[in-house]
Amino acid sequence: MSNSSNSQNVIRGVRHQGQTVVLELGGEIDMKSFVILKAKFKELYREKPAILIVDMTSVEFMDSSGLATLVGALKWCRLNGSELKLVGLAQRVRSIFEICRLDTAFQIYDSEAEALSQ
Amino acid sequence: MSKIDVRKSESLRNSQIELRILANPNYLCVVRTAVRQTAGIFGFQEDKAESITLAVVEALTNIIRHSYSGSCDKPIIVGLNKICYGEENRSAIEIVIRDFGKQIDAETIKSRDLDELRSGGVGVHIIHSVMDEVEFSHANGCGMQLRLVKIVV
Repeated sequence: MSNSSNSQNVIRGVRHQGQTVVLELGGEIDMKSFVILKAKFKELYREKPAILIVDMTSVEFMDSSGLATLVGALKWCRLNGSELKLVGLAQRVRSIFEICRLDTAFQIYDSEAEALSQ
Repeated sequence: MSKIDVRKSESLRNSQIELRILANPNYLCVVRTAVRQTAGIFGFQEDKAESITLAVVEALTNIIRHSYSGSCDKPIIVGLNKICYGEENRSAIEIVIRDFGKQIDAETIKSRDLDELRSGGVGVHIIHSVMDEVEFSHANGCGMQLRLVKIVV
């Protein structure tokens, strides 16, 4: 597991596929780094994507700061007619959704391909 | 005071492992690594060690945000112990977290209603969900103490 908690490592990339935006995350999302994620979401909202996929395959840890940021993104998407899909959650990351009973509030998929096909 | 002091030594509470850090979010990763590794050494499987780590991080985040109002230069002490817990003397991890901020009524530290979809305020819920015992109390002099226990399954 990476020992780095460099905030810059949280955003690994952004890809566009038509009306779909894929945001790739990684590293550790905590009270130090969630502000980076929040700012990135605000940038992406301006594009008004039909589908916003958050690829969390490389996320090693996330606490409630990160979860709150994703909840904020989910609420924005619902208000603006976009779909938010989460992809590639390791169990150690998925567990915080389950503990907070948010695993059914989000659309969660094992892969990007699966998310795009639904 | 050194910024980070990780050692096995006698402390005020004779913790087997004690971390003394400043309340700087940059240092949370150090605590995560230490708690994760210690939980593994104490017999927890990876998924349980991760959950325990999450609970500790939530507690520290609450201290930084609420007890210290975001100040990064105040101390937090995290003690980690392997204990025998309960009547059956089951192996468990005890984590004691001590801050030096304001003292509040422990009864007011509660989980919020999760039925409402909103961001924030779930740290206490996470702590209670993960750990087998959660006890908030006033520390000697100033600040709060949080005692967490989880039994090795």
